[in-house]
Amino acid sequence: MSAATISPEIARRNRRAGVIALCLALGMLGLGYAAVPLYRIFCEATGFGGTTMKVSEAAADRVAVTDKSIVVRFDSNVSSALPWRFKPENPTEKITIGARDMAAFTATNLSSKPVTGTATFNVTPTQAGRYFAKVQCFCFTEQTLEPGQTVRMPVIYYVDPAILTDPDTKDIEEITLSYTFYPLDRANKGS
Amino acid sequence: MTTIAANPADLHDHDHAHDDHKPAFFQRWFMSTNHKDIGTLYLIFAIVAGIIGGAISGLMRMELAEPGVQYLQGWATMMQGSEATLDQAYHMWNVLITAHGLIMVFFMVMPAMVGGFGNWFVPIMIGAPDMAFPRMNNISFWLLIPAFLLLLGSTFVPGGSGLGAGTGWTVYAPLSTSGSVGPAVDLAILSLHLAGASSILGAINFITTIFNMRAPGMTLNKMPLFVWSMLVTAFLLLLSLPVLAAAITMLLTDRNFGSAFFNAAGGGDPVLYQHLFWFFGHPEVYIMILPGFGIISHIIATFSKKPVFGYLGMAYAMVAIGVVGFVVWAHHMFTVGLSVNMKMYFTAATMVIAVPTGIKIFSWIATMWGGSLSFKTPMVWALGFIFMFTVGGVTGVVLANGGVDDNLHDTYYVVAHFHYVLSLGAVFSIFAGFYYWFPKMSGRHYSEALGHLHFWVFFVGVNVLFFPMHFLGRQGMPRRYPDYPEAYAYWNEIASLGYAIMAAGMLIFFINIAYALVAGRRAEGNYWGEGATTLEWTLSSPPPFHQFETLPVIK
Repeated sequence: MSAATISPEIARRNRRAGVIALCLALGMLGLGYAAVPLYRIFCEATGFGGTTMKVSEAAADRVAVTDKSIVVRFDSNVSSALPWRFKPENPTEKITIGARDMAAFTATNLSSKPVTGTATFNVTPTQAGRYFAKVQCFCFTEQTLEPGQTVRMPVIYYVDPAILTDPDTKDIEEITLSYTFYPLDRANKGS
Repeated sequence: MTTIAANPADLHDHDHAHDDHKPAFFQRWFMSTNHKDIGTLYLIFAIVAGIIGGAISGLMRMELAEPGVQYLQGWATMMQGSEATLDQAYHMWNVLITAHGLIMVFFMVMPAMVGGFGNWFVPIMIGAPDMAFPRMNNISFWLLIPAFLLLLGSTFVPGGSGLGAGTGWTVYAPLSTSGSVGPAVDLAILSLHLAGASSILGAINFITTIFNMRAPGMTLNKMPLFVWSMLVTAFLLLLSLPVLAAAITMLLTDRNFGSAFFNAAGGGDPVLYQHLFWFFGHPEVYIMILPGFGIISHIIATFSKKPVFGYLGMAYAMVAIGVVGFVVWAHHMFTVGLSVNMKMYFTAATMVIAVPTGIKIFSWIATMWGGSLSFKTPMVWALGFIFMFTVGGVTGVVLANGGVDDNLHDTYYVVAHFHYVLSLGAVFSIFAGFYYWFPKMSGRHYSEALGHLHFWVFFVGVNVLFFPMHFLGRQGMPRRYPDYPEAYAYWNEIASLGYAIMAAGMLIFFINIAYALVAGRRAEGNYWGEGATTLEWTLSSPPPFHQFETLPVIK
């Protein structure tokens, strides 16, 4: 009966409105997925969630060294799917704010097969992320380890002196840099 | 709201002459394309789901009546058929809270408000013969049945430490991914997919109907407020549910196909799930309450015998609540480690919502001011709604403060808050609407005395049940635990007593419905008299199977 009372003109407009509404819903579904890379970009741009900054050599050279120091702790984790041992050489270092420092980690492949891994990372307190600058890091690239191979992996970083003027971060005395290694075949599927 | 000066006789006598023959039983109820029949199906479904969800909360209040674990182990043993360990008993608790939340949100409040009252009265109020897509309307309803069966079925299969999905209605990762081995959580996710698809199709149908099917002269700014509320609700559904669908699909692939969207040991971030969930979850709470706002506006106007105060302000306040509702989601996540500035933004944005909500509360009061009030059953429920919703709104403003929330997050204070706005706000508006329209839908009057008795028993019951939870929360009792220290025993016992009172109130409700259907007085077309001015009151009770063969003209 409903078809009998709806004129073809109304039926056409209904179809159009219905399709527009459906497209809106599909657009939101797409945005839901787009949130994954957008969230990563947002974190990289703002240091949200303790995401560290990636800087060039030239930018690092321009940073003024201060007379203040800060403690950096290193935390290492390995995904249960990755048969590696992964440890920092020194659990803590006391560094001068603004000065470049190198921390080293060692990784050993405990399995009998070559395995490629990559690392995700952040710092705590999370507000310090935007002032924790890495010039060079093993975590920027993939690492392939032969069976039984041990490699020493450096991170060159500094803490931006601006950390001393930001009211959210000026009281921070200790920053923990955390890495989690995971097998590469799990990477790029998530964020 | 607009006053319609249509002559009832012109509108439906014509219908009665022919075209009022109804299809046979199976075709009418299982293959229905009639908006009123589908609305009835939704209401019956919501009542069945409400009984199940309410019974689950009864089990929870039983267990919480005194400290210690009294019944859980027995129930878990009963469910799995072998002696349950304490861990399995605790898992049973998680399954109960999860089922209660999901059932009440997706299978009780939403089907009653949107599917039930929305389907019944949106086409009639705008002078349309039916919904824009009547067959899609049927699909929307019948998607809900397998969704509900999947959710109920999930309680019989393994979900981690025991049977069933024990993730909470929020399904947070990593508990829902690596923490819940077994098919139960997969079934619950698929259930949400189906319920979501049902609601999205319904939302498309409402938007199209409201934009295209209005009778001549029914401009947007003359539409009854219930139709406005459904329009805003439909947009919230359309824009928020797909984001939930995306998030829970990612959960599904994280669980089963090795992706790592929410797994830090794979480059993902579990906090991203919370952002996606609450981007849906916050609009969802307005989806549950906005139709109630519409219903309450009609009832207050009808029983004050006055048009609603500040019609345009009321309509655009709902639009404002809908829009701002999309940019406040992180106030559910104040404790995940947001920066001070983000907390300040989400605190301020959340508090802004109190402004349009306040406009609505004050406009309802202003509608009553100087009106010729009559305290019929729907009116007392509507007044109960305004009182309870305001209490819940005030505790909401308290919780909106990021600093205060650090202390109150995941305590019973939060439980008290959202039960005051939903279990007492949304549910009171559902009962108000049910009593307002039941004679219109069924053609039978219920007993006024039983309706009032139901109100008073239920009102006392829910307040005894939920008000002490504020105290428990301020004393630090956390949500989602089946056990608690001796210190919390006093108010917990009183809360459980409140549940028993409320359950007695529900019994009166069912007796009243049975009475109305068996022996209820026949209802005339406009049984509320001069205050009831929208188009449904120009039709007979129940309305003819097909209304508005000739479209009404709104002056």
